[in-house]
Amino acid sequence: MRISVIITLKKDVLDPQGKVIHQTLEGMGFDDINEVRQGKYFEIDTKETDRNKAEAKVEEMCKKLLANLVIENYKIIDSK
Amino acid sequence: MKSSVITFPGSNCDRDIDVALKKFGFKNKMVWHADAEIPKSDLVVLPGGFSYGDYLRCGSMASKSKIMQSVINFANSGGMVIGICNGFQILVETGLVPGVLLRNKYLEFICKNVFIKINNKNNIYFKNIDNDVLEFHIAHNEGNYFCTNDQLKEIEDNEQVAINYCDKNGNIGEQFNPNGSIKNIAGILNKEKNVLGMMPHPERMIDPSLSGEDGSLFFSNLINNLK
Repeated sequence: MRISVIITLKKDVLDPQGKVIHQTLEGMGFDDINEVRQGKYFEIDTKETDRNKAEAKVEEMCKKLLANLVIENYKIIDSK
Repeated sequence: MKSSVITFPGSNCDRDIDVALKKFGFKNKMVWHADAEIPKSDLVVLPGGFSYGDYLRCGSMASKSKIMQSVINFANSGGMVIGICNGFQILVETGLVPGVLLRNKYLEFICKNVFIKINNKNNIYFKNIDNDVLEFHIAHNEGNYFCTNDQLKEIEDNEQVAINYCDKNGNIGEQFNPNGSIKNIAGILNKEKNVLGMMPHPERMIDPSLSGEDGSLFFSNLINNLK
């Protein structure tokens, strides 16, 4: 089973990289952007075949390592 | 006094802190990250560097390494632990001290001397130091201290802010904040005040011919406080 997770910065956390990407895009002519926020994406291929169990395991991984919950949120976006 | 310095893959200030601790009278042992137990110590130091190549988040991998469970148990039983620079990043990832260290506000790797003001001397690390302002060195890309408003209130209520970035006269202002840290925070303590995390490197300030001697003040005071 392959689980996909995205990790995003919480709303009030400063994202200087996102800001610079925003400015660069504006410089390239993309002038209708409100904001850019940068995040992370993981694909975890697991031996677990039960979808619920696999997602629960990945959620535990997010809480314990993949995300720092002080500044980040995680979301499982795909399981197949 | 016995100390232990933990070496992780990618640590690069471990020998500097070893030199500093020995210079001021500690019997220091180097401990490998894959060991299970720290030797009997009065002080454990997590050194600076780039443990695990700063993969995922700085300090996140090192915080889960084998030796860290022993360090966490040591800290939770009242043992003294200092995390410097990457060591501070490792400490926040273990949860031993609150908050996180984000990418520097202006996206620059900063390597320079800074002044820090000792905010709180009611702890074993800074009590009896005559100076209120010290000159230390910083070298980091992710030193922008951040925490939630609730955490900040708790940290301030419990007097956990150890040091703040300032000018040479001890004025704390945004213009003296190198990396965007909330309230110019350069170092914090845990609630019990036995764990200290800080971005500045005192071990780089122990030789008058190479740098300054404010690190010498810190270490000589520390060992006197421990005796």
